[in-house]
Amino acid sequence: MAYQWNWYIFLQPASAKDSYLDWLLSGMLTTLQMGCLAWVIAFCLGSLLGVMRTIPNRAVSFLAELYVEIFRNIPLIVQLFMWYYLVPKLMPQEFRTWLFALPPASTSFYTATIGLGLFTAARVCEQVRAGVDVISSGLKNASLSLGLSICQSYQYVLLPITYRTILPPMTSEMLSIFKNSSIASTIGVIDLFTRARQLNEYTAHGYESFIAVILCYLIINTGVMLLMSQVERALRLPGTEGRV
Amino acid sequence: MLGLEFEFLNGGIFSALVHGMWISLEVAGVALAVGLIWGTVLALLRLSTYKTLSFLSALYVNFFRSIPLAMVLLCFYLIVPQLLNSLFSNAQKMDTRLMSALVGFALFESAYYSEIMRAGIKSVPAGQVYAGRALGLSSLQVLQNIVLPQAFRNMLPLLLTQLIVLFQDTSLVYVISLADFFTSAEGIGERDGRIEEMMCIAGLVYLIICFAASKLVDNLAAKSREKAI
Amino acid sequence: MKSKNLMKSIFKTIACCTATCTLAFLGLIETASAQELTGTLKKIKANGSITLGARESTPPFSYGLGDGKYVGYSVDLMLKVVDRLKVELKMPDLKYTIVPFTAQNRIPLIQNGTIDFECSSTTNTIERQQQVSFSNSFFVIGTRLLTAKDSGIKDFSDLKGKNVSTTTGTTSERLINKFNEEKSMGMNIIATRENTQSFLAVDSGRAVAFMMDDAILYGERASSKNPEKWDIVGTPLSREAYGCMMTKDDVAFKKIVDSTLVGIMKSGEINAIYKKWFESPIPPRGTSLSFPQSADMKALYANPNDHAL
Repeated sequence: MAYQWNWYIFLQPASAKDSYLDWLLSGMLTTLQMGCLAWVIAFCLGSLLGVMRTIPNRAVSFLAELYVEIFRNIPLIVQLFMWYYLVPKLMPQEFRTWLFALPPASTSFYTATIGLGLFTAARVCEQVRAGVDVISSGLKNASLSLGLSICQSYQYVLLPITYRTILPPMTSEMLSIFKNSSIASTIGVIDLFTRARQLNEYTAHGYESFIAVILCYLIINTGVMLLMSQVERALRLPGTEGRV
Repeated sequence: MLGLEFEFLNGGIFSALVHGMWISLEVAGVALAVGLIWGTVLALLRLSTYKTLSFLSALYVNFFRSIPLAMVLLCFYLIVPQLLNSLFSNAQKMDTRLMSALVGFALFESAYYSEIMRAGIKSVPAGQVYAGRALGLSSLQVLQNIVLPQAFRNMLPLLLTQLIVLFQDTSLVYVISLADFFTSAEGIGERDGRIEEMMCIAGLVYLIICFAASKLVDNLAAKSREKAI
Repeated sequence: MKSKNLMKSIFKTIACCTATCTLAFLGLIETASAQELTGTLKKIKANGSITLGARESTPPFSYGLGDGKYVGYSVDLMLKVVDRLKVELKMPDLKYTIVPFTAQNRIPLIQNGTIDFECSSTTNTIERQQQVSFSNSFFVIGTRLLTAKDSGIKDFSDLKGKNVSTTTGTTSERLINKFNEEKSMGMNIIATRENTQSFLAVDSGRAVAFMMDDAILYGERASSKNPEKWDIVGTPLSREAYGCMMTKDDVAFKKIVDSTLVGIMKSGEINAIYKKWFESPIPPRGTSLSFPQSADMKALYANPNDHAL
């Protein structure tokens, strides 16, 4: 028989208390939570690393470079598997006992969030480094000659300009983090991607399931872009190139 | 050392990993070739004066850049084999997973390559195009002999960086159980109960390959910058 | 002028391609019905080969040894069907390819024709019969728990508040989730991609028990590093029958598969196959499952049927 479209599957009960639509929405919520949390980690750590990369101190700069090279050259899925399997193995037995006693859904979620955050931090570091490098040395030297310490010059002069300049690539990193969160489903996080597979398998209506999940990803994507365009507009430096 | 034991490694495991690496390289290579060609076409369409073509191309590129690669691979694997069977009559004899991975990757990466090529084409000074037309060359000849070669050369570092990203992304065929390097390593780890050791090996191999490749690309970019000066 | 012509021809080509793709796509949703009418047999005859399915690691039924080689009790039965097809379709050179699948995607792969049929460890259920067809059953199991001998778990009721692993897409996953909700056990269910991952979860300590069909648990135990560490416990939550899965309502094909299985069972050949996989050393580690035929199995072999239990 020809394929029968049935969009009402989403209202059918998946289990005693949820419908398939509830599953879809819970998956979307998990993806959003993972993405936002990972972004916070990525932004904070990435900024720190970016600053470390641009400081004149060779040792500090090398450390940051080492981090970036390691975390950029290993695929994300391998990194997540390493966090999930390898790291607990290397820890002492008490850590493992504590870790495995926690609900597995939480351990997967936090493992994935940390892995995702650290992976993206390497990319944010490169953006911040590019942003700082682009600032004219005249400005850097002026801030130092005014008596500001390196720390203060970063805090009051360099970073504010950097963040405004690199808003477009940062937006793209934010979008990437939500897309990359789909990989977390391989270590057991029940996010949107896992729900897509479950919906397909439980309802046997592949087209509807996947179209719905793709729509969810598009919604997340559009939401982030709209949000960031507002932020860009609010923070735009007068006199620099920007869309009207 | 650190509770990891590597004595279980043998020739069979090594050959399985090498076979997996071949698959990874094959997927990356095909995605690169098709992605570049189709991506260039998309870039040209986007830059054309026909509003419909431009809009459709933008739609395609934005769509594939908004959804995760894992979704694309899974969709192609579960829903579209019949489509592939009708368009490519010998697909029946090919491994469907490999086929869907190749098609999925090619279509997905072409969106990213199209953005790079679009920037590249735009970076060629308009004066070049005018000079070409003034010399009597047709539009196609200008495109073929003047614009595209320069665009390609300008964007070579970015294209190669994207290739490294593409090679890393081939590990995602894990979601469709295609036995590439990572999936083979994980499968062996699961089967022999040595997943931690195999993940160590996989991470190290990817690190070495991608690090070496990115250093090569940096050298290339530096050399071409020197030449330009 | 020339650039406009160039653009027009590109536009035409793209329009053609899009139209072809759309028509092909729509046409295929219809064509699927045409294929099912004429059946898997016609497809095999036309292609000269058959696509079989096997599990990556469900010993001793269907599992991979690496390098694309798949073996197991169910695989042996599957190959016997292929031998029968060679005779029935008069195709002595019939080739077969084996495509591995997981519990999650086995039904979609049968439905979309990627796999022609598979014998592994798929349970025949009424619900699944709405999407696919099953052959006569070739194995009967009970769903039980694998746990460490010193874990203190002796039955399902001991699992209150514990972490339990199972594999997605299986009847066990649905059963344990239902059990968890109905009895408010407060269990944390870790659903993994394949049986080996579920076993890994118990081995590493993430889960305290692995729920699955008992024969599969015996198989996992036999192929593990330390088989003496594990015990199979618990009164079965369900009794289930395995059948070969094929496209829905393909009567002619099902007839051949069924008659092959009935022939093997009636002739006693099945006992040798059972012994080979359940009572003798099996690859990869050469351990034996030591799992003698249960009363259910003997009854099944005496009276082959395709009822969902």
